[in-house]
Amino acid sequence: MKRQKHVLRLVLLCITLFSGAIYAQSKTASDLDTITVYDFDAIEPLLYTDSDTIHIVNFWAMWCAPCVKELPILKAYEEKHPNVNVLLVSMDFPENIESDLKPFLKEKGITSKVVMLDDPDANTWIDKIDPNWSGAIPFTIIFNKDKRTFHERAFKNLEDLEQEIHNTLNN
Amino acid sequence: MKTRHIAFAITFLMSSLFIPFSATAQDRKGPPPGGGHSPVQTETLEEAGGYQIGEVATDFKLKNVDGKMFSLSDIKNAKGYIVVFTCNECPFAKMYEDRLIALHNEYAPKGYSVVAINPNVNESNTKENFAAMQKRAADKKFPFVYLADEGQKIFPQYGALRTPHVFLLDQDKKVQYIGTIDDNARSAEDVKVKYVEDAIHALENGKKPEPNFTKAIGCPVKAI
Repeated sequence: MKRQKHVLRLVLLCITLFSGAIYAQSKTASDLDTITVYDFDAIEPLLYTDSDTIHIVNFWAMWCAPCVKELPILKAYEEKHPNVNVLLVSMDFPENIESDLKPFLKEKGITSKVVMLDDPDANTWIDKIDPNWSGAIPFTIIFNKDKRTFHERAFKNLEDLEQEIHNTLNN
Repeated sequence: MKTRHIAFAITFLMSSLFIPFSATAQDRKGPPPGGGHSPVQTETLEEAGGYQIGEVATDFKLKNVDGKMFSLSDIKNAKGYIVVFTCNECPFAKMYEDRLIALHNEYAPKGYSVVAINPNVNESNTKENFAAMQKRAADKKFPFVYLADEGQKIFPQYGALRTPHVFLLDQDKKVQYIGTIDDNARSAEDVKVKYVEDAIHALENGKKPEPNFTKAIGCPVKAI
């Protein structure tokens, strides 16, 4: 009986450690190595949450100079507020993921989750995200389950972004 | 025996630490859109300015890549104008260059010329300065004028926000269509709707373009 208990504990211990290892591995794999390409219908659920956590979804691209300039601001915010949920939606092109995007992210030290949106007929989905969005990027959505603001501009600095998040939460 | 208990307890506690992490992955799957959120707007398209459909667009005097000043009124017997804000370096602008050339070649003889304006022209940017515009126009053999919006005075009047951004004007310079050229920037072969051509056909038939306003992903104007 005692022996059985030991075995049970050992098994539980193994499962715990194993799942921890898997978790660590999957985080590295999904967040850094794999950049999933979505169409609009697939990405739409990522633009909503049922949690209180602040989410920042930033539409950007390597070819967009103000977007690239803004990335360090998002990075700085994430470092200062680790509980924020940042998603970078790249509007670059799938054929450039391996050749350009991954080296770019590595060089810039971007560790936020990056996905790609590839859905050519933007006129059909831009309004579904925000009727007032013209389609120019950078474009950022700040939201949790209750609040939501849209920003068709680049944040000037960390304070600017912090202020907008403050305004979003206290509106 | 006791140490094992403690070890087990620690392991158990550690494992519980992972739970909140894995839960965040599911956080993203929220309620479907439109469910009791409170959208707050920072700037509307109206606030961004620019023409509404039906407004008369301003003429201008801008320097063409041939060094001469150009105005819409220089086009004689025009039935309309395909004014497009575009630039040298934006990948979307580049993807549409050949289609702009084709548009001009087909519709200029019918009275609708392409008038390309670079809202990002900037002498301190070697990729978007006037010399670079001249080179791009020569390399691509643009059959249309390619004008420098020096001082960035014209694009805010039109309300150009991204490149390329088309403003189709009728004979009286009334804005009849604002938006994108077609529904697939990346692949001309996969285009299903040619918005600008459809709008020209509508004008030709004395009708109002439908749709008269479309959106697209593009590079922001003032991207320098």
